[in-house]
Amino acid sequence: MALERWFRRQRPTRRDDDPSPAGLWVKCPACHAQLYRKDLVANLYVCGECGHHERMPVAARIDMLADAGTFVPWSGQVRPVDALGFVDVEPYAERLAAVQEKAERPDAIVSGAAALDGQPVALAVMDFMFLGGSMGSVVGEEIARAAERAVEEERALVVVAASGGARMQEGALSLMQMAKTTVAIEQLAQRRLPYVSVLTDPTTGGVTASFATLGDVILAEPGALICFAGPRVIQQTIKQDLPAGFQRAEFLLRKGMVDDVVPRAELKARLATVIALLRSGSGG
Amino acid sequence: MPLPFEKPIEDLEARVREMRTYAEEQQVDLGEEIALLEQRLERLKRETFEHLTRWQRVQVARAPGRPTALDHVAALVEDFVELHGDRTLGDDPALVGGLGRVDGHGVVVLAQQKGRDTKENIQRNFGMAHPSGYRKAMRLMELADRFGLAVVALIDTPGAYPGVAAEEQGQAWVIAESIRRMSRLRVPAVAVVIGEGGSGGALAIGVANRVLILEHAVYSVISPESCAAIRWRDAAEAPRAAEALKLTAGDLLEQGVVDAIVSEPVGGAHKDPAGAVAATADAVRAALADLRALPPDELVRSRAARFRQMGRVLEPSA
Repeated sequence: MALERWFRRQRPTRRDDDPSPAGLWVKCPACHAQLYRKDLVANLYVCGECGHHERMPVAARIDMLADAGTFVPWSGQVRPVDALGFVDVEPYAERLAAVQEKAERPDAIVSGAAALDGQPVALAVMDFMFLGGSMGSVVGEEIARAAERAVEEERALVVVAASGGARMQEGALSLMQMAKTTVAIEQLAQRRLPYVSVLTDPTTGGVTASFATLGDVILAEPGALICFAGPRVIQQTIKQDLPAGFQRAEFLLRKGMVDDVVPRAELKARLATVIALLRSGSGG
Repeated sequence: MPLPFEKPIEDLEARVREMRTYAEEQQVDLGEEIALLEQRLERLKRETFEHLTRWQRVQVARAPGRPTALDHVAALVEDFVELHGDRTLGDDPALVGGLGRVDGHGVVVLAQQKGRDTKENIQRNFGMAHPSGYRKAMRLMELADRFGLAVVALIDTPGAYPGVAAEEQGQAWVIAESIRRMSRLRVPAVAVVIGEGGSGGALAIGVANRVLILEHAVYSVISPESCAAIRWRDAAEAPRAAEALKLTAGDLLEQGVVDAIVSEPVGGAHKDPAGAVAATADAVRAALADLRALPPDELVRSRAARFRQMGRVLEPSA
């Protein structure tokens, strides 16, 4: 939640999912190599030179994970409301309307049914480009509904997280989404349906501290920032530089917090294997 | 030190005291005058505290002298025995746990403890728990389930601690796990926001069947200062952020985040700690008595339902 601004500063204007990209060439933010945009897209937004994983648009993510033509959207029906009448330098309602128009979706998540290597899954993908992927009532509701429908239809659940945390413009109601998503996810566990969480860059705050880290298996993308409190907040607390790689996926793997760090090109296969293995027991 | 808006109250209190001393020393009867002044004082207190801005309430919620979690425990819990440690990393003094009795029934207590003075505040890390604190909480929730003990959670924290070790030890992971563990409790759980309910670090022990809040306590997704720093790019805008966040007891009741408000003595809990902890203890006893009648399955079901319906969304028109 406190991180939205930090990320905005890091990458102020770039939008990978812009339908009319400004240039044919883009520069890798990690190694500064000039990349032909079409190559970058074909390479799942991974730099061909250094392997840096860029943030990926939602549509591309779904294309990458769902078997061709199998994705049927569930989300998009419920819409956010400005329950608090929140105004900062700009009213939340106006900010929301502008982002909705640009993103062509009501909020920061897309969910639906899909087949993943032939296995039935419920797939939910968060959209960091939509108000920092922040979780308000709609994101919480879509995660909860995806979990509940997965239970009804006996699907595994895959959530691809990307979020600055809880959406502060929805106040304590957004905080409560952490509990709401958790109790919904809990139903999957009781029915022994797998829930695999994929942590992508960045996953922070109230999303990390709720459904995103409750996966039966937790996979992370290379280099992804994954944390509760953001680096800037911690720096302000301790008044010294943070160790290199702190809060990155590889660091968390060493600390025992994620099951594995999986390159994007291998993610679908890994998900399919993990889900199949979890469902191969007597419980499934 | 009085809060800024308490200055007129303090001045009037000083005048009453002076008049009393004067009357005593000079052996004169100022009873009528003093009574009149005291009436004025009561009225001033009442009016001031009825019309507090949201930011002023944040200040009351954090006021020095406000009863801490352990002050509430002393008033509410008989035979309190503190239990230390998470069996993995250590013992976190910011989150106190233990056993005791309420109305003769055994309970597990989880209490976020701020310091009563600077020294204790440093020892308690200002009530900001590390992963160890949440692990201890989960260990005690396990005990609660095993022995059929109700859980009483006292929430008072600026938030879970944002530090290097806390991150390395999985602060986000333990908060998520604690939310999940508490949602599974097969015993009654009552949570009370007694001061500051700071974000996920508060919610980690707030997944209760009944969530109460003291009249001048606050519960928020982010502190007004941090919210101001992000949204207005200026922490000095905290008063406006507090207004926008709608974080007071009344706001939260309206949003359905809390179930009931515990009235504080006029002038705030810090002016009459004994009165405040007694009122809180009564409210917790009543909530526990209600919940004791419910079977375990129903406790789990209704608690999950309580949190499942949180939030406001616009459904598509049919």
